Amino acid sequence: MKLSKTTKKRTVSKLEKAARAPRSGRRPAGTPREAGDAREIWQLRLYVAGQTPRSILAFANLKKICEEHLHGRYRIEVIDLLKNPTLARGDQILAVPTLVRKLPPPVKKIIGDFTNTERVLVGLNLVPFAESLR
Amino acid sequence: MTRPSKPKKAPPARTRALPSPLVAAPEVLEKVPSGISGLDKLTNGGLPRGRPTLVCGGPGSGKTLFAVQTVVRGALEHDEPGVILAFEDTADDFAKNFASFGFPIEDLIAKKLLLVDYVAVERNEIEETGRYDLEGLFVRLQSAVQTIGAKRVAIDTIETIFTGFSDEGLLRAEVRRLFRWLKDHGLTAVVTAERGEKALTRYGLEEYISDCVILLDQRVVDEVATRRLRVVKYRGTGHGTNEYPFLIGPDGISVLPLSALGLSYPVSNDRVLTGVEKLDVMLGGAGYYRGSTVLLSGTAGTGKTSVASQFGDACCGRGERVIYVALEEAEAQILRNMRSIGLDLEKWVRRKNLTFHVARPSGAGLEEHLVRIHGLVEQHHPAAVVIDPISSFENTAIKLDVRAMSVRLIDYLKGLGITTMLTYLSNPAGTEETQIGISSLIDTWLSVRDLEQDGERNRALYVLKSRGMAHSNQVREFLITDRGIDLVDVYIGTDGVLTGSARIARERRDEQRAEDRKRVMQLRTQDLAVRRQTMQAQIEALKAELAREERELERVIDREERREAWRSGTRERMRHSRFGNDDPSSKKS
Repeated sequence: MKLSKTTKKRTVSKLEKAARAPRSGRRPAGTPREAGDAREIWQLRLYVAGQTPRSILAFANLKKICEEHLHGRYRIEVIDLLKNPTLARGDQILAVPTLVRKLPPPVKKIIGDFTNTERVLVGLNLVPFAESLR
Repeated sequence: MTRPSKPKKAPPARTRALPSPLVAAPEVLEKVPSGISGLDKLTNGGLPRGRPTLVCGGPGSGKTLFAVQTVVRGALEHDEPGVILAFEDTADDFAKNFASFGFPIEDLIAKKLLLVDYVAVERNEIEETGRYDLEGLFVRLQSAVQTIGAKRVAIDTIETIFTGFSDEGLLRAEVRRLFRWLKDHGLTAVVTAERGEKALTRYGLEEYISDCVILLDQRVVDEVATRRLRVVKYRGTGHGTNEYPFLIGPDGISVLPLSALGLSYPVSNDRVLTGVEKLDVMLGGAGYYRGSTVLLSGTAGTGKTSVASQFGDACCGRGERVIYVALEEAEAQILRNMRSIGLDLEKWVRRKNLTFHVARPSGAGLEEHLVRIHGLVEQHHPAAVVIDPISSFENTAIKLDVRAMSVRLIDYLKGLGITTMLTYLSNPAGTEETQIGISSLIDTWLSVRDLEQDGERNRALYVLKSRGMAHSNQVREFLITDRGIDLVDVYIGTDGVLTGSARIARERRDEQRAEDRKRVMQLRTQDLAVRRQTMQAQIEALKAELAREERELERVIDREERREAWRSGTRERMRHSRFGNDDPSSKKS
């Protein structure tokens, strides 16, 4: 785990520069966002329903992945739907836990307790670049 | 109906109702009005209260409408707030789609009687990174239900989640949990599901809902679509098991189960004149009963439209409104043709007494026709409806459906007290039986027949039946003149029934004979008069003779008397002269 962690960390930091290339291909060239990408703060919103073991696990997993891949550039907002049920409608939450990547755009959504790190990375658009560097 | 809707509140009521602990509380399934007209009659009360009902059907079968209508009507008519979980609509579309049914979605939302949650399921776009559940959906539903105190819930359609998430085992468990949740919260729910190829629903949801399952179906037979509804199961209650045609009309879904129409419509003793004076006479002198159903059957060209128009004209003439449903002719053509027999229908159209509804039977499904006629009736409130001819539906759909539709139409109009005239094109074989089997529903049945004789074809009309009135048993010859319809007695004699020229010839001959007889009588009368005169004269002569004779006799008698008097006077004078004095006795002494 530790080994992979370091490699991945390196991968991501390398990736950060390469990362924008395929993305910029997807949206019109010259989007103002591109310049600030490297220092862009990732805004993540985690929806859970109560302090269940699953939500605690999910948060722990997420925290770990973010620390590895987005160190210092992310912010997680946890929303407990039991306390704020009406917020579920805004982000169209059905499954919990759901993670919504508010920034950078586009909005991405992944569900589950994030035990499958690979899928989390794919879901957050972090992995294609990792794969390209392998 | 009482309202112990939530199971939690039920126990105290039960213990009060059933004091003996030995008697088990009966599991009486409470029902709530479904808001879908006709369905409540079909299910003896509506949908199961506090339980989910599954409504399945193919695309476009009306299941969403069913679900929404149940909730909206519940809010509008029964003061039961409702929640709609819409998986397949956006907020914009939703209000628009249902505004056309007169559902005041936005108004209800504003009044907190309705809450619509548009649930968007991204299809297979969401990365699944581990274990999850659908608690988010439950939270949303619960929050919505609590916000407005909902009693009814529509979920349309839950199986969308199967396209959004991949763990089918989990989804099934969650669906099961959802239905149990609905039940536990005492919510009357309508859950829609797509029809499956082998099972009732594509994802086998019928497995989880055991109380009430309703199947909607749209079938195309001979290019005409008919919608049908069937209650597949309804636990713990009797229900109609047939397939019932249903309509999606301006007010949403309405089911018109044949059996549910009942025979409890008001009956009028009022009579309406038929427009043909002699036909009125045949029908006991007063015409049809108001609100009755009149069938006019006959082969092609027997004047059915004319009789129907004449009736329509008579109604309009009384200031009543009439709807004329023309299924085979254009309005202009009917107007022209009727003008040729002296009926000016155009003026009634102008005065808005008469409304034509021209439609090709094949132009729409049967229920579509029904809907349109319903709509017209509600718009114009007619006193009479003419359908010319109802038999043309036979060619467009299977007979059972046509019969069902006709029965519903007849019952509907009858229920409103509208006099209905149906024309029916019978086949030349001339059986006294309609192919669509509505004969038994008809109150007054007039039959127009062709009588062929001596190279002529003439029409004869008779009253086959007329319930509740004395009516003529005679066959009348039916004449279409330029002043309308006339009925004349056919000639019935030793030569059989004579019509047309044969009748006229026969009548002429009869007239001739009568003339002859009259002349003979006249002559005899004259003769007698002469003879009487002669005899009178003779009597006068004899009388005169007698008088003369009498006078003669008197004269003779008189003469004789005078002669006698003279004779006795002479004798006295002679005796006096003989004694020479005046006193013959003194002269003697």
